Amino acid sequence: MQASNLLKLDTRASKRSNMLLEQSLAKPRRDKVSLGAFAFLFAEIIRYSQNRVLGIQDLEAKLNELGKRVGVRVFELLMWREKNVHRETRVLPTLMFINTVVWRALFDKQADSLGHSTENDDEYMITDNEPSILKYISVPKEMASFSPGAFLAGVVEAIVEGCQCPARVTSHLVPADGMPLKTVILLKFSQEVME
Amino acid sequence: MAKQYKAAGEEAWKNNVEKVNAELFIFTYGSLVVQLMRDYEDCAAVNAQLDKMGYNIGVRLADDILARTSLERCADLHATAEAVAKVGFKMFLNVVPAVVGWSADSREFSLQLDDNPLNDFCELPPRAVQDGLWYSNVLCGVVRGALEMLHMQTEVWFVRDVLRGDDASEIRVRLVRMLDEEVPAGDD
Repeated sequence: MQASNLLKLDTRASKRSNMLLEQSLAKPRRDKVSLGAFAFLFAEIIRYSQNRVLGIQDLEAKLNELGKRVGVRVFELLMWREKNVHRETRVLPTLMFINTVVWRALFDKQADSLGHSTENDDEYMITDNEPSILKYISVPKEMASFSPGAFLAGVVEAIVEGCQCPARVTSHLVPADGMPLKTVILLKFSQEVME
Repeated sequence: MAKQYKAAGEEAWKNNVEKVNAELFIFTYGSLVVQLMRDYEDCAAVNAQLDKMGYNIGVRLADDILARTSLERCADLHATAEAVAKVGFKMFLNVVPAVVGWSADSREFSLQLDDNPLNDFCELPPRAVQDGLWYSNVLCGVVRGALEMLHMQTEVWFVRDVLRGDDASEIRVRLVRMLDEEVPAGDD
């Protein structure tokens, strides 16, 4: 009885597999969902994670981890779909790739700026003046140093890893005039990459 | 009546809703489910957690819908079902489930999702299917939470899911009772 049930499950599940494998990846099957849907989901993810960590750094690490899983898949899809790109393997082209191709695919715009730290040679910054996915996330005052952008940092971290340029990636809120959500994604590349 | 909700939903999606890349959303949800599977390791617990998170989302979602559309109070459960499908789902996920399977006493119906965005790119490992994971269970919580804000206490559960090899995905909604008193705060 057990065995036949498992067999039944197997054929049903493989029906799903076949269906999935036949789908074309060339064009996105669907273009958009509402920003509200993402914002509600993201806020709830933060709330869930908050209950399982002890402190802001832990929380950011959790979000980073969540973002990495997303980044791996985003990267694969982009490599498959985009016509005029090949996989970059050096730091500057990788950063340009993220600034333009990745940001455009995810947010319909390029990142606002790309910079190199003057103090540390292995640090680069990608700036987004108004990350749409952070728009409806409000951080309470007592957690002022928390950056929900840690999720984005995770996405970026997975992508640079995919480009053979591993880095430690973090996100920092640097509000400026008229840009309360201005976020800097800081990438600190590993030693072997810099050589 | 259904036509009016269809128009309202399409209008809201076209003009009153900011949009974001769908695949980013879909991968983020998948990442969450993976996280929950790691944290709980038990599918029943993951289902419960997804439902709870959905509920928290649903109670805030109802206000968002009312703010963005000019919907009036639904006369009965039939109207509510159409609103949920043609406005709620449309505004947030840009899909419209079919409202089917009404019970004889008009207190139960099904939302049949021929197209569930959350399922894109997703395949469940056999273990998860065996242990009874309802991957998109968050949707049940969302519907339950939103309906509670509309003063309806409901039970909402998944009946079929394409990810488990069924022909379609189906969510069942049952009206338990109307709520007159103040609605309790969302659970943590």
